[in-house]
Amino acid sequence: MKALNKLTIRETLQALKDKKFSSCELLESHIKAVEANRDLNAFITETLDLAKEKAKESDLKYLNGEARALEGIPVSVKDVFCTKDVRTTAASKILSNFTPPYESTITTNLFGKGVVMLGKTNLDEFAMGVTNHYSAFGPAINPWKETGSKENLVPGGSSGGSAITVAAHMSMGALGTDTGGSVRQPASFCGIVGFKPSYGRCSRYGIVAFASSLDQAGVFARSVDDAALLSTAIMGYDNKDATCSKEELPNLESAMDQGLKGMKIGIPKEYHGAGLDPEIEALWANAKEMLRKEGAEIVDVTLPHTKYGVAAYYVIAPAEASSNLARYDGVRYGLREYKEGMSLDEMYEATRTEGFGHEVERRIMIGTYVLSSGFYDAYFSQAQRVRKLMVTDFKLAFDKVDALLTPVTINTAFALTDKKQMDPIALYLNDVFTIPASMAGLPAMSIPAKLNGKGLPIGLQVIANRFREDNVFRVAKNLERCLNFKVSPKGY
Amino acid sequence: MTLVKGKTGDWEVVIGLEIHAQVSSESKLFSRASTEYGGAPNSQVSFIDAAMPGMLPVLNEYCVEQAVRTGLGLHAKINKVSVFDRKNYFYADLPQGYQISQFYKTIVGEGYLEIDLEDNSSRKIRIRGIHLEQDAGKSMHDQSSTESFIDLNRCGIALMEIVTQPDLRSSYETSVFIKKLRNILRYLGTCDGNMEKGSLRCDANISIRRPGEDLGTRCEIKNLNSIRNVNRAIDYEVQRQIALIEKGEKIAQETRLFNTVIGETKLLRSKENSEDYRYFPDPDLLPIELTDEYIDKIRANLPELPDSKKNRYMKNMELTSYEASILSADKEVASYFEKVAAAVNPKLATNWITAELFGRLNKASITLAECKVTATKLIGLIHLIEDNTISGKIAKELFDIMFETGEDAAKLVEEKGLKQIIDTGTIEALVEEILANNPDKVEEYKGGKEKLFGFFVGQVMKHSGGKMNPKAINDILKSKLSK
Amino acid sequence: MTISKGTVLKTAKLARLKIPEDKIDLYTKEISNIVDLIDTLNEVDTKGVETLVNVDEFSITTQKDEITAGNCADKILKNAPKEKLGYFVVPKVIE
Repeated sequence: MKALNKLTIRETLQALKDKKFSSCELLESHIKAVEANRDLNAFITETLDLAKEKAKESDLKYLNGEARALEGIPVSVKDVFCTKDVRTTAASKILSNFTPPYESTITTNLFGKGVVMLGKTNLDEFAMGVTNHYSAFGPAINPWKETGSKENLVPGGSSGGSAITVAAHMSMGALGTDTGGSVRQPASFCGIVGFKPSYGRCSRYGIVAFASSLDQAGVFARSVDDAALLSTAIMGYDNKDATCSKEELPNLESAMDQGLKGMKIGIPKEYHGAGLDPEIEALWANAKEMLRKEGAEIVDVTLPHTKYGVAAYYVIAPAEASSNLARYDGVRYGLREYKEGMSLDEMYEATRTEGFGHEVERRIMIGTYVLSSGFYDAYFSQAQRVRKLMVTDFKLAFDKVDALLTPVTINTAFALTDKKQMDPIALYLNDVFTIPASMAGLPAMSIPAKLNGKGLPIGLQVIANRFREDNVFRVAKNLERCLNFKVSPKGY
Repeated sequence: MTLVKGKTGDWEVVIGLEIHAQVSSESKLFSRASTEYGGAPNSQVSFIDAAMPGMLPVLNEYCVEQAVRTGLGLHAKINKVSVFDRKNYFYADLPQGYQISQFYKTIVGEGYLEIDLEDNSSRKIRIRGIHLEQDAGKSMHDQSSTESFIDLNRCGIALMEIVTQPDLRSSYETSVFIKKLRNILRYLGTCDGNMEKGSLRCDANISIRRPGEDLGTRCEIKNLNSIRNVNRAIDYEVQRQIALIEKGEKIAQETRLFNTVIGETKLLRSKENSEDYRYFPDPDLLPIELTDEYIDKIRANLPELPDSKKNRYMKNMELTSYEASILSADKEVASYFEKVAAAVNPKLATNWITAELFGRLNKASITLAECKVTATKLIGLIHLIEDNTISGKIAKELFDIMFETGEDAAKLVEEKGLKQIIDTGTIEALVEEILANNPDKVEEYKGGKEKLFGFFVGQVMKHSGGKMNPKAINDILKSKLSK
Repeated sequence: MTISKGTVLKTAKLARLKIPEDKIDLYTKEISNIVDLIDTLNEVDTKGVETLVNVDEFSITTQKDEITAGNCADKILKNAPKEKLGYFVVPKVIE
């Protein structure tokens, strides 16, 4: 039989029920992988002892016939989800000693289904980044390497750590958050599935806030089916989050059973070019044909304001973040930098300057700037109007089609030492294809499609209308079958 | 027009108020922690109030209702769509680093409040609007020389900020306004109006100008916590501004604090140093959308407010404007008065409450709620006057006893045998006796000394121990003396 | 658009961040670069377009006025850098 940590979640649940192995054995195989791969720096806090306790509980549940939906499945959790009595840092020095006395709704839901948490994963500080190198706990390393090279590559971000644990078989699934692409882009760089539900599907209660109107919990898995199992466990109304929707939940199982006959898939013309790697462009064209062969009608659509998405995002997200991060002031929790004789303001400045990394400072500065007197209308209001136009673009497109097929990124994983790619502005432009779906609050998934000429994974993105996760899963499941991507990083 | 005399002529005072009224809800505006006053430090603080990572605000439906009620009570427009905005600044008592308030679209729009002044005139003071916002925590700065202490119990309690146009013209008008506003809030039950406990606080924007000229530069005086201090602060600030201008200097737009010990306003911060609050709509909260049904239901459940009561008292019970004002101003007083006036002659009710009861309450420094003479007991007393069981004079003596002991009037009359004598036969007999015993005085009266009538009445009263009905005495004496 | 050093320092103050003397030029350059990026928004004609605050299209969620939180001072103070007798302690503020 396959190594236990190479199974799918669905296979595993059946096997546990059939008593082919125990939750503890399952966990053990994952702990071995975690211990063997510490050099990837995927975890900020490992909770292996806690996991062993939980695995024992799961075995008891199986024994008593009380197994819950995801009983015994080892999962890792991005370190922005507040986990009760377990350190939660958001990869920041300013929260490096913070232990929440409360649990996020998402992890409450997940743990309530019997999931076993391996630990809190690495990320770009406060979820701001696309490389997972802006972390106070050191960069995380992509398990994939270019063919014939030993160079360390970025896993993508901000949910780099979570993506790594799934790609390297350290966990069966992982939680991430996606604000402008932070689940989809690392999924693409790491050759796994990354799914972001519609804004308002998942509760944001207990998730360290970055940009309130954009943040959404998401999942990583090694198959569309596994992603469905995880997503079903976390979606749902929560009265503690006023932006959470009461919209009826989709039936992902039945959606995935359907073929593509009768479905209309849109190809947005503005996603061509724009520095898009020719291999990715070609892959996208091939995939389009695959879907056509499966019976879908391919329709050209236009999303005219696509190219302004990055600019609008880098006004709105930092603005909201500058306000959301004002609470980190050294008064009630977290880091306090204080020298005798300091005034309150001096303590604030010393604490925040010492506690925040440089990227976070940059974003707070820009956010403060675009909200400040004299600039509010030209930048912030303008960005909100452009956002409205982007939402309208999508509404018109979804009048014509059921889903969109697009690339996820303009490139594949790059080296930490690649100065050109690592330029701050160049990094922002990484998000050009993922930002629009975030701005409109749409469900979107990245699925691994093919390895490029250098042996690195390329992903493709499926986007559907608001609250139509069923359409995303339907297209993604069929596409996954056609693409037949069954590669793992060498050695993992 | 009220004007203040300066060295170089008269000045008009222009005052606008920003009043913060704590909503009388059980839990806070965006968290379900308790709003009770005086709890142990940080014992009424939820994770949301402490602005811990990942915490989100959820609106208290009752606070929305109370804001609408207050708006309706101030004849104001209710805005069907309103939005919460973040006011961003750093301070130790502001955990989030921003206050959730309403800046661009407030829940209540324009309204007004009419104030009655002692010269019998009325002035309409316009309300610019009311919005909901979070209260901040409490900082204690005077416990140590190096440290300040923060208690977040108050943090997040719902405030209604009621903003007036600069329509007030004196500290007197301002105190009348605040008193009336406070009474209305208490009538509505939306705020208990307790300035000592801080559930009602006031910021005053004050400027001066020559009559007829444009508005002068204003200064804001913050956190005035009693009507007395509002008056003192305004009076000081007006003099300060007059002195500056008459010296040839300009008023700088400043925020000032009132030092209650020395009675002066002091600079807190100048306009240049004022924070840029970077207001923007709170992305954690969606717009409030109210329906006509919702607003109408609240309107239908409003209690009768002071102005309506006053008019009703004047119209139906023929009270004077002054009497009706003082009886309608306070909710408890109005309730007491209405109960009594429903059972006895309203004029008697008015006299007994305004003249006798209020006087004794003031002297004893107690409130109506603490008074032993309940409405029922007062009714009992007045009934005994109305049915001639006792005289007015005896009634007053009884009232004194009732005020101290809370006993029933009827019981006291029985115990002390104070029943008034009304039997004309008995009175006639005593009158004849008095007249017979004072023949010379009778002569003098009949001779034209009409003043002596009072002497005879006095004698009859004295010899009857004050128990004879004065009217009967008068009638009988008149008839006997005219013979 | 190049942002002035003065603006950068003023913005940093508003955000309670301290920029080291020797880094002010660098930060100013970096922020200016980002402003260049966001300036492209000016190309979009947004006359008559509403601002979008949140993609949710429903109105605000509320809760009943009940006391279901608080009464946990120990948890509130648990992570406090400095506390005394149940209060958070900060450097003295002079008003």
